[in-house]
Amino acid sequence: MRPSPSSSGRWAQSPARFLHVTRPVTVPCLLLGLTVLATGLVWGLCFAPADWQQGETVRIMYLHVPMAWLASAGYVLLALCGVLSFVWRHPLAGVIALEAGPPGAAAAALCLITGSLWGKPGWGTWWVWDARLTSMLVLFFLYVGHILTIRAFDDPMRGQRAAALLALAGVVDLPIIKFSVQWWNTLHQPDSITLTGAPAMSMSMFHPLLVCTLGFTLTGLALLLIRTRAALLERRAQSLALREPPA
Amino acid sequence: MSASLSFSRRKTGRFWIILACLLCLGSAAGLILNALSSTIVFFMAPSQVVAHPPAPSQTIRLGGMVVAGSLHTSHATDSTPEARFDVTDGQAAVTVQYQGILPDLFREGQSVVALGRYDGHGFTASEVLAKHDETYMPKEVADALQKSGRWNPRFGPPPDAASWNSMTAPPPIQTTGSGATE
Repeated sequence: MRPSPSSSGRWAQSPARFLHVTRPVTVPCLLLGLTVLATGLVWGLCFAPADWQQGETVRIMYLHVPMAWLASAGYVLLALCGVLSFVWRHPLAGVIALEAGPPGAAAAALCLITGSLWGKPGWGTWWVWDARLTSMLVLFFLYVGHILTIRAFDDPMRGQRAAALLALAGVVDLPIIKFSVQWWNTLHQPDSITLTGAPAMSMSMFHPLLVCTLGFTLTGLALLLIRTRAALLERRAQSLALREPPA
Repeated sequence: MSASLSFSRRKTGRFWIILACLLCLGSAAGLILNALSSTIVFFMAPSQVVAHPPAPSQTIRLGGMVVAGSLHTSHATDSTPEARFDVTDGQAAVTVQYQGILPDLFREGQSVVALGRYDGHGFTASEVLAKHDETYMPKEVADALQKSGRWNPRFGPPPDAASWNSMTAPPPIQTTGSGATE
C-alpha cells in the first residue's frame, strides 16, 4: 500500500508548492472578500427594500442563503478531498479536509439557526421536520462526524481515509437537500434562484444577495487558505524541530 | 500536482471501489426515499384527504391555499380567537376550524399547513403554519401589481417575477399601471 519512492518524493513537494502558490493570494483574497461582504451586508441590511408581506425579517435571507450555499459547497470540497486522499493518498487533500470541516460545520449551523429565527415570524414555528430542514440538519451532523472521525486516530493517515469515506458517503445528502423542495411538499418554499430561470424575487433584493454570497464565499475561501497554510507551516516547524534537536 | 495524479493499477482499483460503493449507496438511498415518499411529504392536499379520508383519530397535516372570502374570525373578549376558513388545492376544498392565534403571514390567498384531525366533514386544527412562496418583492411592486389589476393577493401567488422585475425601478411605477387609467 506504500507509494513508490519516486512518486512519494513528488507528493512531498505538493504541500510546499501549495504554500508557495497561495502565499501571495491569501491576504488579497481576505481583503477583497471582506470588502465585498461589507458592501453586500450594508446594501442588503440597510438599503434593499423590505418584503411586502414579511417586512424587515426578509433581511435574514442575506445571511441564511450564503450560509446554506457555503455549507453545501464546503461539503463538495470535503468529498473532492475525500477522493484525492482515498484514491491517491494525497497528503494535501487530507490537510484541506481537516481544515475545511469546522468552518463548514459553522456555516451549516448558522444556516439552521438563521432559518429557525426566520421561521418563527414567517411560518409561525421555530422548527418542523420537513424534508428540507431535516436533510440540512443531517448535513450538519455529517460535518460533525467528519470533524470527529478525521481526528480520532493516532495515525493521521488512517483518520483521513476513514473521514474520506464518510465524506463520500454523505454526498448522497446533497441532492436530497437541493431537490427536497421539488420532490416532496415541504413547509420550506421552493428555490427562488435557479440556474436556468429568472429569480423569483425583485432585482433590488437579488443583487445585494448575490454580493453577500460572493463576499461570504471569498471570505470563507480566505479563511480556508489561512487555516490550511497555518496547519502546513505548523507541520513543517514540527518536523524541523524533530530533525534538528538543539545542540 | 497533476504529475502525482496518475493512475497506477492500485489507484485505479481504489477509484473503482469508491465509484461502485457510491453507486450502491446512491441507489439504496434512492430506493429508500422512493419507498418512503408518502411518509416524507410534510402535508396532504385537500383532494387527497377528501379522496382517502384518514381515520378520525389520526393526526394529519393539511396543506393548501386559503380560499378568498372564506375566512371568518370571531373573537369573544374572554376566550381565545376562533377562525374558520377553507383550504384548497384547486380540486377540492376542506373547511378548517382553528382556536388560537394565526401566524403573521396568514391571509386569504396564502398557502398554509394545518395540523389536526379530519372527521369526514371538516378539519379541526390544533396548529396552523403559514407557508411562504418563493417570491420576494418590495411593497411598491406589490402595490403596483395590484393597482394595475394584474394580481390580487387574495387569489393566489403573484405572477412570474420576470414580468414585474422591470417595475422595481421607482420612476416607471407611477407612469405604468393600466389601473390608474381606467
